[in-house]
Amino acid sequence: MKGISLMKNISFVKKRHLFLKKAIPLLATISPVTIWLLLLVAAPLSYVFYLSFLSTDGYKLIYKLTISNYRELLNPIYLEIYKNSFILALLTTIVGILLGYPFAYHMARAARNKKALMMLLLMIPFWTNSLIRLNGWKTILGKTGVLNTLLIKLNLINAPLEILYTKGAVLLGMVYILFPYMVLPIFASIDKLDFSLLEAAGDLGANSIKTFLHVTLPLTAPGIFSGTILVFIPSLGYFFVSDIMGGGKSQLIGNLIENQFKAANNWPLGAAFSVLLIISILILVSIYKRTGGDMKNLGVV
Amino acid sequence: MREALLREERKRIMRKLSRLYDLLIYIFLYLPIAVVVLFSFNSSRRNIEFEGFTFSWYGRLFQNDALLQSYANTLIVGVASTIIATFVGTMASYGMSKYKFKGKGIIDALLYIPVVIPEIVLGISLLAIFNLSQIPMGLVSLTIAHATFCIPFVVFTVNARLAGFDKSVEEAAMDLGAGRIKTFFAVTMPIILPGVIAGAFLSFTLSIDDIIISFFTTGPGSNTFPLKIMELTKTGVTPDVYALSTIVLFVTIIAAVLTQRDTGNK
Repeated sequence: MKGISLMKNISFVKKRHLFLKKAIPLLATISPVTIWLLLLVAAPLSYVFYLSFLSTDGYKLIYKLTISNYRELLNPIYLEIYKNSFILALLTTIVGILLGYPFAYHMARAARNKKALMMLLLMIPFWTNSLIRLNGWKTILGKTGVLNTLLIKLNLINAPLEILYTKGAVLLGMVYILFPYMVLPIFASIDKLDFSLLEAAGDLGANSIKTFLHVTLPLTAPGIFSGTILVFIPSLGYFFVSDIMGGGKSQLIGNLIENQFKAANNWPLGAAFSVLLIISILILVSIYKRTGGDMKNLGVV
Repeated sequence: MREALLREERKRIMRKLSRLYDLLIYIFLYLPIAVVVLFSFNSSRRNIEFEGFTFSWYGRLFQNDALLQSYANTLIVGVASTIIATFVGTMASYGMSKYKFKGKGIIDALLYIPVVIPEIVLGISLLAIFNLSQIPMGLVSLTIAHATFCIPFVVFTVNARLAGFDKSVEEAAMDLGAGRIKTFFAVTMPIILPGVIAGAFLSFTLSIDDIIISFFTTGPGSNTFPLKIMELTKTGVTPDVYALSTIVLFVTIIAAVLTQRDTGNK
């Protein structure tokens, strides 16, 4: 009997020791982040989901569940805005890939010193706040702006061109703001590329176009995918770009949400727009994961 | 022979073309910044035409209390949220890489949410929850909001550093009699420190640049610099804002060149 209780005692001490050894440091390191994420990510998003089923009388929320907000989402005016927003995001992504890929390629193939310099020169503009840089574009592209003044002085045009406050200007601003988010993942994937493979393809008789299409492009596709996710998603929400470059004329999904939470003060409808946006992005991310994309590539930029 | 020469020639032209291409990209990237710097010396108040050269905006900048206050707010929120995010994020990364436990997948998933969802959704969610829990909107709510989107980036950067970490070093230190806390500071910390510093820098940069989340989580009288510009964009940005941006730009370039040289020497 004594032996058994001693054994029990020992195992208790052991368990207690194990508890002290593992559980306390585990709790100490993990609880802050867990509490933070539950209170400030999980709870707010759940609350927004709940909000999307409420309504408002213009001042206060009405706590009665309804799906009227979701019916409102199908309003033709909004459908038009989703379409415009989607097209803009798609164009931003495509133009970003076309402009960014060659640049990322040159950067990856440059000598070590030059590579660091090219990277630094790429990042410096992004240390100036994007709103300031967009205002710089406004100064350039405006009706009496730098570009129009120059073109008129050179007698190339008679009347100033309408560049600012067009869809093209919004696209330019969006591509400009998101450029490094496209270049950096593409650069990372080209940088990892084993260039002897390209030489091998060349030795086997493939010309440079064939080598690019059959070797380089498939091997660097993960970088293009990450870049696409990193550019496409923000370009749906960056309402300030269309505010500044589009003069508020062209609305995006982001503008719809902003408007409901600020000026229109209809939070439930704004919440429903947000739920719609989250669902579209979940679909996008699941496509990304299914095609072999790694979530880790999205975090470290 | 001729063919080889031809190929050489073609290569040379291609190289020139790619250099030209890169140059055009850099012009695209720097054009608006050049305009901002140039117009900070413009004698006209309106940022439309360059009328004459003046330094006066740099003087007037220091009389614009609202603008300076907004920049001070940006720095306060940046430092405070960076400290919180670095502390919480580093501990989380360390704990998650060292221990196996139930619910790890959930924390992992929650960490990706602020990175993947559009900033505007995180912004309105935080606004809604701050409103519900009656947290006063101002520097405190801004700091909490910024720390929220910075924490994942710290975790990812420290994770990258911990991935190559040999855990037997820690065990050796403990076998030799060092306590857990002593082991952490004497052995683990020096190894992961570069990751921690990188995470902190990233947090600070994200915080001082943030527009959208700040837009929803600020309160009356606590504008940050980006929010101040946003407010001014409607009526027209004045050259003293460009002057402040120019100063900030040159300070960061000098800092970057210095650190680049430092790490380059090592």
